Amino acid sequence: MSPISRGFHGRRSDEAPPGRVPPGQYVTHDFPVLSAGPTPHTPTGAWTFSIRRAGDVVKSWTWQEMRELPAETVTADVHCVTRWSKLDTQWEAVSLDTLLGQAGAGAAFVLAFSDGGYSTNLPIADVTGGRAWLAFGYDGRPLDPEHGGPARLLVPHLYFWKSAKWVRGLELLDTDEPGFWETYGYHMYGDPWREQRYAGD
Amino acid sequence: MAGTAVRRRLTWQVATVAAVRDETATVRTIELRAADWAGHRAGQHLDVRLTAEDGYTAERSYSIASAPGEPVAITVQRLDDGEVSPYLTTELRAGDELEVRGPIGGYFVWDADDAASPLLLAAGGSGIVPLRSILRHRARSGTLVPARLLYSARSLPDVIYRSELDQYTNSVSVTYALTRQAPNGWTGHRGRVDATLLAGVAWRTGRDPIAYVCGPTSFVETVAAGLVSLGYPPQHVKTERFGGPGGP
Repeated sequence: MSPISRGFHGRRSDEAPPGRVPPGQYVTHDFPVLSAGPTPHTPTGAWTFSIRRAGDVVKSWTWQEMRELPAETVTADVHCVTRWSKLDTQWEAVSLDTLLGQAGAGAAFVLAFSDGGYSTNLPIADVTGGRAWLAFGYDGRPLDPEHGGPARLLVPHLYFWKSAKWVRGLELLDTDEPGFWETYGYHMYGDPWREQRYAGD
Repeated sequence: MAGTAVRRRLTWQVATVAAVRDETATVRTIELRAADWAGHRAGQHLDVRLTAEDGYTAERSYSIASAPGEPVAITVQRLDDGEVSPYLTTELRAGDELEVRGPIGGYFVWDADDAASPLLLAAGGSGIVPLRSILRHRARSGTLVPARLLYSARSLPDVIYRSELDQYTNSVSVTYALTRQAPNGWTGHRGRVDATLLAGVAWRTGRDPIAYVCGPTSFVETVAAGLVSLGYPPQHVKTERFGGPGGP
């Protein structure tokens, strides 16, 4: 039983429709930035996106090849483990179904890897079936480097650290392996609706 | 990226406010008594949960301000449009209870035991809080690792922990950048941190320094990119940003 915080009334948010904001989150209109190190700046001319298995490249796309794939506009609510949620964000993105389909290789899990050494793990079921994208545009403009540009993952049904910034590819795995934040105590899966913030939640 | 995997479950526990201390007009340090606190490392943070009478709850994360081995304390900046920080910085008083869980985070941490690299700490505004934990930890440990602090604040009265930082005269060199207002006769830096100031304060890369940068996004972007262009390997520049525009 939680103790009552004497004199605390809180500010009930009436701007978000019920069911839009997971437990423990609040709605922000800013777009906060969180990352563990300096922002990488990879020019699109040097950018590739690779799907690998055991370190070998299964399939790779240049920036131009990726941009020639069918893209879609995705509107999604995103939820950061630091407790902000941002509703109705708009992205230009290529579905990971398209990329994984062209690679044609099966796996149970993926480890997304990024410039700057960041990584994060995801079950294959969470990056297929129209639930995950490679996003290169935000709000009608190219994605800013500080928000993960030139391209980041977009997996809005999981906490936003799973939407790896500066992503450069996916490693196909048979067993789940922790990524960067998962090694430092964050949850392996990260479902915001079950408040899976930290290991053991 | 040496780190210790943390795999134990973090549970909420009731903490009692032992003391509150105003650091500036808008910033307060809250010292907590938490019986089941497992200890923390310098640079980590914790979660706070408040519960209203009708059961409504609000949660936020705050950097830990105290050194490992000290009672756990947080330092909170009041955001006028905030939901939790105005309560913590004005209403809360000694004897009150709230819930905490932590410590959280294993990357933006510094351990005196395995430290050899010179420390460069760069703070924007309340980004000083986790760096203060590092400085106190360093002082308590007796390590001879040299440290420099570059601290950007709006004005001298906005400098958090100023009297404490001023006591580091010999062992830690502290450089302030005052972005809005400087007193008459101020000989230090005026305005935001720029490349020249950063190059003057930062350790030469030949000494294999490690940098911790914490503050608002614009500050962290400037300092982290500046350090990389001075030759710091990106993995030796650890950053922590707090969201939103503005800041010093």
